[in-house]
Amino acid sequence: MALHATMNAPCGAGRVARRSVKVSAVAATPTPARTPAATGSVKRAMTMTEKILANHSDNASTKPGDNIWTRVDKLMTHDVCGPGTFGIFQKEFGPNAKVWDNERVVIIPDHYIFTSDARANRNVDILRDMATKYNIKYFYDIKDRSNFKANPDYKGVCHVALAQEGHCKPGEVLFGTDSHTCNAGAFGQFATGVGNTDAGFILGTGKLLIKVPPTMRFVMDGEMPEYLLAKDLILQIIGEISVAGATYKAMEFAGSAIEGMNMDERMTICNMVVEAGGKNGVIAPDQTTFDYVRARTDEAFEPVYSDGSAQYVADYKWDVSKLEPLVAAPHSPDNRKTARECSDVKIDRVYIGSCTGGKTEDFVSAAKLFYRAKRQVKVPTYLVPATQKVWADVYTMPVPGCDGKTAAEIFEEAGCVTPAAPSCAACLGGPRDTFARMNEPEVCVSTTNRNFPGRMGHKEGQIYLASPYTAAASALKGFVCDPREYM
Amino acid sequence: MLLQRCPVLAARPSRRAAVCVQAKVSRSEGEPRVIRGKCFVTRDNIDTDQIIPAEYLTLVPSKPEEYEKLGSYALIGLPDDLYPERYVKEGEMKTEYPVIIGGQNFGCGSSREHAPVSLGAAGAKVCVAESYARIFFRNCIATGELYPCETGVRLCDVLKTGTEVTVDMDKNVLTDHSTGKTYPLQEIGEAGPVIDAGGIFEYARRQGMIKVA
Repeated sequence: MALHATMNAPCGAGRVARRSVKVSAVAATPTPARTPAATGSVKRAMTMTEKILANHSDNASTKPGDNIWTRVDKLMTHDVCGPGTFGIFQKEFGPNAKVWDNERVVIIPDHYIFTSDARANRNVDILRDMATKYNIKYFYDIKDRSNFKANPDYKGVCHVALAQEGHCKPGEVLFGTDSHTCNAGAFGQFATGVGNTDAGFILGTGKLLIKVPPTMRFVMDGEMPEYLLAKDLILQIIGEISVAGATYKAMEFAGSAIEGMNMDERMTICNMVVEAGGKNGVIAPDQTTFDYVRARTDEAFEPVYSDGSAQYVADYKWDVSKLEPLVAAPHSPDNRKTARECSDVKIDRVYIGSCTGGKTEDFVSAAKLFYRAKRQVKVPTYLVPATQKVWADVYTMPVPGCDGKTAAEIFEEAGCVTPAAPSCAACLGGPRDTFARMNEPEVCVSTTNRNFPGRMGHKEGQIYLASPYTAAASALKGFVCDPREYM
Repeated sequence: MLLQRCPVLAARPSRRAAVCVQAKVSRSEGEPRVIRGKCFVTRDNIDTDQIIPAEYLTLVPSKPEEYEKLGSYALIGLPDDLYPERYVKEGEMKTEYPVIIGGQNFGCGSSREHAPVSLGAAGAKVCVAESYARIFFRNCIATGELYPCETGVRLCDVLKTGTEVTVDMDKNVLTDHSTGKTYPLQEIGEAGPVIDAGGIFEYARRQGMIKVA
């Protein structure tokens, strides 16, 4: 700023001389309205879920109820929702738009694969076209439906494949077009299911607007009895709080029983969070988690933990040594009963499979019980390994404590149906020719996740959800059966 | 029967472009958010497998003809003994019931967007329930297929399928025309304008939030 002359110069005549004043004031550059700083803010004690979302949204902290834009680390889709998701993406972002990051989209055909349904087959073809067009790095393709092993890229059930392929990492945010995406919370990440429209939005922007959920904590302490599995624990919880007990909430699982579980068992628990209405499930990552992840990916990750003084909206605690094998009786996942009290229920079939109960650990458990019993099943027992890798484990891995026998050998000796090609198969019914679909009104004990009317096909089918031990025991008895009878 | 509803559909076999997509609510600005028609009453925990059984998920909602077909299967998974009246009559593509009444936890189960899409494609305009499962609620808004209205009253115990009702989301009141009784509704709030526009993308475009590539 330069004032070339003073405005008032003294003058003998008593007049104020006014010289021409050339003021060239340079206006200060306009500054945008001040945004609040956070340098001095005291960090809120946060739960794991709140922290992960804060890290992904440029917020120092978040609290339940906040609407935030979160960055997305991975987006997963499959053959049922993928075509629709890409359809929306193309319509809304334009035919020439690119996906936000072609290495962060994982396309996993798994739902309706081994079927002659023309539309189902077409949907896998559509996924292939999309993977090519958008240069998607991870597309687990299948072309030869008559022989799943002839497809080196094909994996199988999406949630198990995500874990096995190293896509699940502590501290990350994962969305999938499938309600059981919450399965990945077992790795200490925020993972939840969304519809095609939300997924289409993520494809274009790599972000999503979500509300931060409050967290309910479930502490499972004590030593797991030999007849109990993770499935019994989650059925206990859902039976306690009901199918809407965790709606819009995060479910955090802790306690010595959880810490003692391997990743397969932890996934079983987080998998069924959605059956309680939950938004996401989380288990604190530890050495078990790190070992599993490191064996599958070199990518960096940053584990996140709940603060000691974090606030929870509910706290539940159980001594697992006092729990019993459970079932969820028809027609709701919260229709909790002990397997024992259903011992008069005659059954027609048993199904062991799905993201919930078709992992390696699930088959190992079932095999152990069959081996101990040394008997034959009384009803058709359908086995569907979730992925190619699980199938390989079933056929090659010796089951601990079973004289070097593989699960496949034990299943054959017990008279089970030969393990089928890996996919979601009959967990959700599917096209009419789906393996093990319930096309008649039968009673089935299943290691799957839902038993609403018509879930596995026939509207009058009766489905009892159970652990692999309980499913195996029931197959041997021909009735719903507590596994202790064979242990 | 099909011909009376939408004359364009009659020509469908020869003209693919003439598919009558009576989708989305698409309310014009200024128009009152009021829906009158027959209601279809359901109970608690109507899950997505009952709304649209998994065998129909091979239909891709973003393809207009398959969108229409999804509508014809809306709520076909409801058990026949509890629901003698079908939501969409056999052989029809559209429903007579633009209003769905629900209890608690409507739409629980899967994240499949086919659920609200099939209801909207069938001609549902609004659901009035005690509470919703979160993914279904979110999908209703994102797709703009139907308004997920909430109420504290157990309307599923009070109303019967076939009753003529008016759902007024400006005054937040549901009127039962068979008795004249009114029942309070919760405000649809921020979700309203998004569904009015026909879903999250259209809403975002109208607000200037996104531009098409």
